[in-house]
Amino acid sequence: MLPYLSHEEILRYSRHLLIPEVGLEGQKKLKAASVLVIGTGGLGSPVALYLAAAGVGRIGLVDYDVVDFSNLQRQVIHGTSGIGVLKVESARQRMLDLNPDIQVDVYNEPFTSENALRIAADYDVIIDGTDNFPTRYLTNDVCVLLGKPNVYGSIFRFDGQVSVFYAKEGPCYRCLFPEPPPPGLVPSCAEGGVLGVLPGTIGTLQATEALKLILGIGEPLIGKLMLYNALDMSFEFVKLRKNPKCKVCSPEPEITELIDYEAFCGVPGHDRDEGSAGEGWDISAPDLARRLQQGNHIRLLDVREPHELEISQLPGADLIPLGQLAARLSELDSAQEMVVFCKSGTRSARALELLVSAGFRKAKNLKGGINAWAREVDPSLPIY
Amino acid sequence: MVTLKVPTPLRTYTNGLTEINVQGSTVGAAVDDLVAQHPALRPHLYNGQAELRPFVNLFLNNENVKDLNGLETPLKEGDRLMLIPSIAGGRE
Repeated sequence: MLPYLSHEEILRYSRHLLIPEVGLEGQKKLKAASVLVIGTGGLGSPVALYLAAAGVGRIGLVDYDVVDFSNLQRQVIHGTSGIGVLKVESARQRMLDLNPDIQVDVYNEPFTSENALRIAADYDVIIDGTDNFPTRYLTNDVCVLLGKPNVYGSIFRFDGQVSVFYAKEGPCYRCLFPEPPPPGLVPSCAEGGVLGVLPGTIGTLQATEALKLILGIGEPLIGKLMLYNALDMSFEFVKLRKNPKCKVCSPEPEITELIDYEAFCGVPGHDRDEGSAGEGWDISAPDLARRLQQGNHIRLLDVREPHELEISQLPGADLIPLGQLAARLSELDSAQEMVVFCKSGTRSARALELLVSAGFRKAKNLKGGINAWAREVDPSLPIY
Repeated sequence: MVTLKVPTPLRTYTNGLTEINVQGSTVGAAVDDLVAQHPALRPHLYNGQAELRPFVNLFLNNENVKDLNGLETPLKEGDRLMLIPSIAGGRE
């Protein structure tokens, strides 16, 4: 039986009740529904705000981070007053301010193979608003195993993708992408950047798809992938088909329980210690400053992109963007001591891997990148 | 001649070009022409056995070439190829 709507709720949702495709019954369906939003960042912000405003009765939020100043360029559910607050708490407060008639359940933990089935089992629709391949494959497999629709959205710089992966009725994420790309091929938004409004566009489309699924109206993006480019203002659609050999959603699947997704993707899903190349391969910013002061000849190699030099620079550093490093190794001397750096240590850790495999034994990674240098050595530099 | 749309993450290897005109009577021949024009793309598209890498999705008009005849799929004048990348951003 569908729940009852109070007079106050009827007034709140009057613009929905006026639409014949929604109406009083549709609004009650929304109140009876539950949606799990994985990630309370760029995509999760508009998704959670619009689902709360629309009156989805129970919304779950999964995240393990706190609100950071650099989030606010796009994560519009959070505010300046929430810096340092748990993201799930900051989001819950904003959602309940927008709509006190809903229930918001928070999971202040990373979404992992250990907790994912337990958390997701309790929801009708799952929204993938994550930011890394291991968690995307995990979310997909959880949805396939539990028979739930996965409203997928993904972004990079000016590009976005949206689909509904619902193995009961169409293909899943693995049908399209059986394997992740090798680590390092696709930079993250933290490294590659993202236009702040882009997750707004893509997250709003995810929220639209979730509402359509709950209401049972329109044509959901099942079996279709939408590709958006903000610069061209292009929306393109391609057909997706079920892969008869899909490892998780085919009739005879190879994967029947959750696996180790970090090992599968070769990258950490929830690395809190980003910017490190691993034990023995890092040098801290203060240590580097000390060694330079002592007069040690250390070559500084900046692997960022040229336009990042306008933000901050280390004096005397040479620039070879990560993408060009493999082709320009001959410009470097493997006998010389070298410290490789980028913005926060992620790209330089990959650069170091490349250097070590090419025989450079005297190279180290500046842990935490030039941002760590700005924080710990030279506060005259901005952190970005 | 057909046009091939390059996704943002691979534009580093095409000097920033977003659409490239390629020649060939099959999808495979067109991709060969693409990597001949932009050799830096090769390791990102092909594995050691000259097969498309599993994470590379190539669409002809709006169909995945895997659902057609793969690299053997014939092309006609004015067809449009599109590389669709795996991208993962969204929360951070």
